Amino acid sequence: MRRLWIGLTVAVFGLLLIVPVVRISMGAMNEGWSGFADGLARPETRHALLMTGLIVVIVTVVNTLFGVMLSLYLVRATWLGKRIKRLLNSIVDLPFAVSPVIGGLMIVLLLGPETALGALFNKAGIDIVFALPGMIIATLFVTFPLVVREVMPVLQEIGSAQEEAAATLGASAWTTFWRVTWPSIQWSVVYGVVLTVARALGEFGAVLVVSGNILFKTQTATTLVYQDVENFNLTSANAIALVLAAGSVTLLLLMEWAKSRREVH
Amino acid sequence: MSSMLQSRWWSWGFRSAVMLYFMILIVFPILGIYGKSLSAGWSTFADNIVEPLAWKAVTLTIKLAVIATIINVFVGTMSAWVLVRYRFPGRRLLNSLVDLPFALPTAVAGLMILLLLGPHSLVGEWAEKLGFTILFHQPAIIIAMIFVTFPFVIRAVQPLLEEMDTSEEEAAYTLGATKAVTFWKIILPNMLPGILSGAMLAFSRALAEFGAVVLVAGNIPGKTLIASVYIFGEIESDNTIGATAVSVVLLTFSFLILWTVNYVQMRGGNG
Amino acid sequence: MHIEVNGLNKKFGEFQAVKDVSFEIEKGQLIGLLGPSGGGKTSILRMLAGLESVDDGDIVFHGKRVNDLPPQERGIGFVFQNYALFKHMTVEDNISFGLEVKKWTKAKIKARVAELVELTGLSGFEKRYPHQLSGGQRQRVAFARALAPEPQLLLLDEPFAAIDAKIRHELRSWLRDMIDRLGITSIFVTHDQDEAIEVADQIMIINKGRLEQKGTPWEIYKNPESPFVAGFIGESTIVDDVSSLKGFGHASDWPGTKALIRPEYVEVGKAADFELLSATEPGRVRHVHFRGSEWLVEVEVGTSRLVTYRSLEKEILHPGDEVQVLIHRAYLFNDNDSWVMENKLKEDPMPVHI
Repeated sequence: MRRLWIGLTVAVFGLLLIVPVVRISMGAMNEGWSGFADGLARPETRHALLMTGLIVVIVTVVNTLFGVMLSLYLVRATWLGKRIKRLLNSIVDLPFAVSPVIGGLMIVLLLGPETALGALFNKAGIDIVFALPGMIIATLFVTFPLVVREVMPVLQEIGSAQEEAAATLGASAWTTFWRVTWPSIQWSVVYGVVLTVARALGEFGAVLVVSGNILFKTQTATTLVYQDVENFNLTSANAIALVLAAGSVTLLLLMEWAKSRREVH
Repeated sequence: MSSMLQSRWWSWGFRSAVMLYFMILIVFPILGIYGKSLSAGWSTFADNIVEPLAWKAVTLTIKLAVIATIINVFVGTMSAWVLVRYRFPGRRLLNSLVDLPFALPTAVAGLMILLLLGPHSLVGEWAEKLGFTILFHQPAIIIAMIFVTFPFVIRAVQPLLEEMDTSEEEAAYTLGATKAVTFWKIILPNMLPGILSGAMLAFSRALAEFGAVVLVAGNIPGKTLIASVYIFGEIESDNTIGATAVSVVLLTFSFLILWTVNYVQMRGGNG
Repeated sequence: MHIEVNGLNKKFGEFQAVKDVSFEIEKGQLIGLLGPSGGGKTSILRMLAGLESVDDGDIVFHGKRVNDLPPQERGIGFVFQNYALFKHMTVEDNISFGLEVKKWTKAKIKARVAELVELTGLSGFEKRYPHQLSGGQRQRVAFARALAPEPQLLLLDEPFAAIDAKIRHELRSWLRDMIDRLGITSIFVTHDQDEAIEVADQIMIINKGRLEQKGTPWEIYKNPESPFVAGFIGESTIVDDVSSLKGFGHASDWPGTKALIRPEYVEVGKAADFELLSATEPGRVRHVHFRGSEWLVEVEVGTSRLVTYRSLEKEILHPGDEVQVLIHRAYLFNDNDSWVMENKLKEDPMPVHI
């Protein structure tokens, strides 16, 4: 029995997770190393990777900051009623349930060129939809719950007693946060950050809708993969996919590391 | 006093900033899409929903997501069991690999499946000989959905199994229960909340999936066009109302699932 | 620090946790807040600390109203129920935290930490983390940490609740000594009457958010002002029909009155053991339990069942033995009033109203 179950599980993992990754690597090298290098050396690839990098950095910083603060408020704040907290708490998860395409559509609807807000920004010389700001907003939307969901349970678990102790010892809110709260949540924040990076790196649907996928302007790594596939340029698609997959595997290792650190503390 | 006042201003500023961010980023867009879908009146909304292609896309999505979820319930429960209860070489590696679908861009996942199942691939040719095609047909969509939702059930069941006191099982054995009886009466009920909430999350994600599916589905209306791809098509062809109407149906469905999961977990947490 | 509390009220939603509590505490006293769980003791303590907002009423330290001061500025030390030690800091870092926050100089901090480590008997454990300490040691660290910034008032929330019964005794007297030596005004919360009686100078009995009685342990034991206090302090049995007991016949003048009788108020023995036999009445032993240092005797008198202690030196009683029972006094109460009544046949014929 035992052997059967282990064997089955290994087989499932192998077929579903390992074989595809191996296949991508082979696909990228289909036309040899030069094919892979050529795929990456294209100017549009470089531009797309740059865009993705930019989005990842901005989104991660903003959502980490706001995510940690919102978690603190949702768990600790006395100025929010219990019912409001519960309501906000269930709203936090909504982006998980929203199809990325719909997430993108929402932003087009709110900030598109035909909308009042969009027109307003347009007059001020800022394009949101079909430009970088819209892509950032879309990615912010999609990744918002990740940090909050990692940090909130830890805050709940450690309770407020240590923070109260710090307060009775004369520590300000700021000192209390950095010296008492932060050491307890830091590895969960790191974990949340890694998840955010992974999601921002891989976001496709929302960005595709918002960006319009304009070559050399709003194309990201994932939308370029999509375009290459549509154009039957599989080798180039594979090259970029391999880079992204390598990033994902690195992130996976980071996740494992953050998880193990979190368990120690 | 002045320092106190200052800190109050600061904290007031922080609060407002966070709440505003939250409202603008999450709440407004969602309200906006509901508003927009009804902006041309109920009848237009209804027309867009009962549009045969739209309706077919929604039902097809639900059907395929259900199949993917059922498969993931079995595979996921088994994997969670094996990863928690058995010790074997490579266990840690497999355990880390579980999260791969979360870490991998969905477009990359789509491409991987495309390469593996394509007409020139081993599997593709093999299936061709048997007289059916996978790629650009429903099986490919199901496989894509299984891949992206793979971690949910495992990650929901694992902690329950880890926390479960083995003395419960031992008690069952001492009372004369066979292994099978113990599994059905003791272990499975313990795993059930995790299986259910994992399945709900997987289902909700499968409904919403776009990236992996759009590359491997044929996107033939009525046959392999799922809801999110349909919405994308409507956006591309500038039928915003049509896109929002289907979006709202899909969203409402997902929200109901999400809140059910939250409710179940809250109840479970209290029990 | 001299503390005054006037008309304190606190509501959590619909639940009135603290109702109209007023008291005054002299400098240097050790006060026990005693009462059943959920009675509002901890809420009072947390309001004193500034960890909970006050709905209504005043808290006055040293003649200065502190209601609106945050905990940081109240000059208090707080020992939490589960110690709330900073998990990621060593014993030393925990103790020095409050001093660093107050920007003491390094040298002063070092000296103060050393002093407290010495005082609390934690020498050799300075570099350990909380999870490497026993319950009693953690308690000492919490105590040292709270004391380090030289607070004027020490507040302790169920300080011994999480400690084994054996060590608890030891720690109690240790704490008592320590507070005596430092002369710091201290308030501790407990639900354990032995603890309160043993440690506190004065006890405040809190029930359902109200302050039932304040006084020294002996005063409260001797003259309970409410049936709740009488029942909460010491052991007792409630007798419904007190007028049927010998010497308490005139209790029938107050219909609906019940009696609370403590084991110490009851004496059992053979007829020859009593001088005033007329004040006793016959009873039958139902059970005897060996209690380690004495016998606990359950005896049936008429329809009532009473409990008393009996010295191990005396003749051993057995279930079924016929004995004489003398009830020295009873604590009578009805819906409006409560008082102590002595056995009329024994001495004073007049009941004593309190």
